[in-house]
Amino acid sequence: MTATLSRATFTGLRCKECGHPYAATARHVCEDVCFGPLEVVYDYDAIRSRVSRASIEAGPSSIWRYREFLPIEGDPIDVGTGFTPLVRANRLARRLGLKHLYIKNDGVNMPTLSFKDRVVSVALTRARELGFTTVSCASTGNLANSTAAIAAHAGLECCVFIPSDLELGKVLGTLIYNPTLMAVKGNYDQVNRLCSEVANTYGWGFVNINLRPYYSEGSKTLGYEVIEQLGWRLPDHIVAPLASGSLFTKIRKGFDDFVKVGLVDEKPVRFSGAQAEGCSPIAQAFAAGRDFITPVKPHTIAKSIAIGNPADGPYALDLARRSGGTIASVNDAEIVAGIQLLAETEGVFTETAGGTTIAVLKKLAEAGTIDPEETTVAYITGNGLKTLEAISGVVGEPHTIEPQLASFNAAWERAQSLQRASWEPMGV
Amino acid sequence: MSILVLIPTPLQKFTAEQASVEVNAATVDELLKALEGHFPGILARLTDENGKLRRFLNVYVNSEDIRFLDHQATALSDGDEVSIVPAVAGG
Repeated sequence: MTATLSRATFTGLRCKECGHPYAATARHVCEDVCFGPLEVVYDYDAIRSRVSRASIEAGPSSIWRYREFLPIEGDPIDVGTGFTPLVRANRLARRLGLKHLYIKNDGVNMPTLSFKDRVVSVALTRARELGFTTVSCASTGNLANSTAAIAAHAGLECCVFIPSDLELGKVLGTLIYNPTLMAVKGNYDQVNRLCSEVANTYGWGFVNINLRPYYSEGSKTLGYEVIEQLGWRLPDHIVAPLASGSLFTKIRKGFDDFVKVGLVDEKPVRFSGAQAEGCSPIAQAFAAGRDFITPVKPHTIAKSIAIGNPADGPYALDLARRSGGTIASVNDAEIVAGIQLLAETEGVFTETAGGTTIAVLKKLAEAGTIDPEETTVAYITGNGLKTLEAISGVVGEPHTIEPQLASFNAAWERAQSLQRASWEPMGV
Repeated sequence: MSILVLIPTPLQKFTAEQASVEVNAATVDELLKALEGHFPGILARLTDENGKLRRFLNVYVNSEDIRFLDHQATALSDGDEVSIVPAVAGG
């Protein structure tokens, strides 16, 4: 054993349900006992002995400043992923009647403008360590962008799978990296199932299937960064979108990790989740008081979070309940309004998943579910330029004019009167 | 009724490494019992002590999740294909 020489702080995998141990290979299912999902096991004493606030602050401006908390052995693939802005959202806060609101803006994550760059950076680093030369994923769009981009950077072969009805930005934004792109005639859950079967037969590293235990750990960095950016403290309440439920539960694990090694003081944090009404299996289970998820067939413009059979649904449900949070859903019109609200008040253009999060944030603020005094963080996970279809037709049109002052003067006059006509008194 | 069953890798040790097997059954429940008849030990891996499919297993009949059909009572017809997929991943 070379354990003393290795920088690795993880020791293996284990089943999240029954605790059965497994070696740290490419696997995600408790094959020997209950078929539950596997998770990474860490040596927290080793982590505690190696990290401090100062050592983290001296690290790179990427997720790799937290490398001791991530399941890799050697050098990471560092494409500048992570350490995205935490924006104090005063104008949005005033509009919603809140006092301490922050936006964690992963819409400007690198290299592909979504939180998926975090999980893929970790998964492909691990894929390379495990000897894979071809990597793959089942994606609702953002993950395909990220896997194709980071595979290109790392020189890995790449074949990714998406539902065939995705937004153009997601499709072209994947093809540009020249992977093999399979557009499956079906919804995400069908893509996912197909990929499980492909993963059984081809010797590929599927970031969110056989590499999922490593991959999902990347989302913990969204917890670490918020703690650090708030000045080494936990927020009171977080609102995040729910697709598979993995991101939501890993933000909690990120908070737990920092408490466990003494980097931050423990205090309760409420976890609230956002779903689109057209694909809300977790919100439905929450409302019905069920502890199991009934799968649904998705029909929503929020395609990036349209997962009808969410792998971590039961865990997300449990987290919202035991933390005193909630899970709510909003319809497509509210999602578009959420995108507009965030853009107009904070200058942040998010995609439909972010619109869902902001619309749910608004709903919870209006219902008094979020206390105005709570330090609340809303997680924005993707960039609006990738889902232009969603806002086309609702944001107006440019004033097309001649290159002459008279033409501008006339158009400006028209614009002013249009604005007066649509003006309604409201705060901000 | 002859049903083609796709066996996931972790369970192929019960089926002499066969990735697919054929059994006769009229419902998913019967299919589970028929599998046990051919491959002793497999039922305890597929179901819990109450005979219910394990929470993290997914069963599809001709690509449709049985949770959209009649769960374990879902009827099967000659030539149907049943796929057993452990732990949904993805997301």
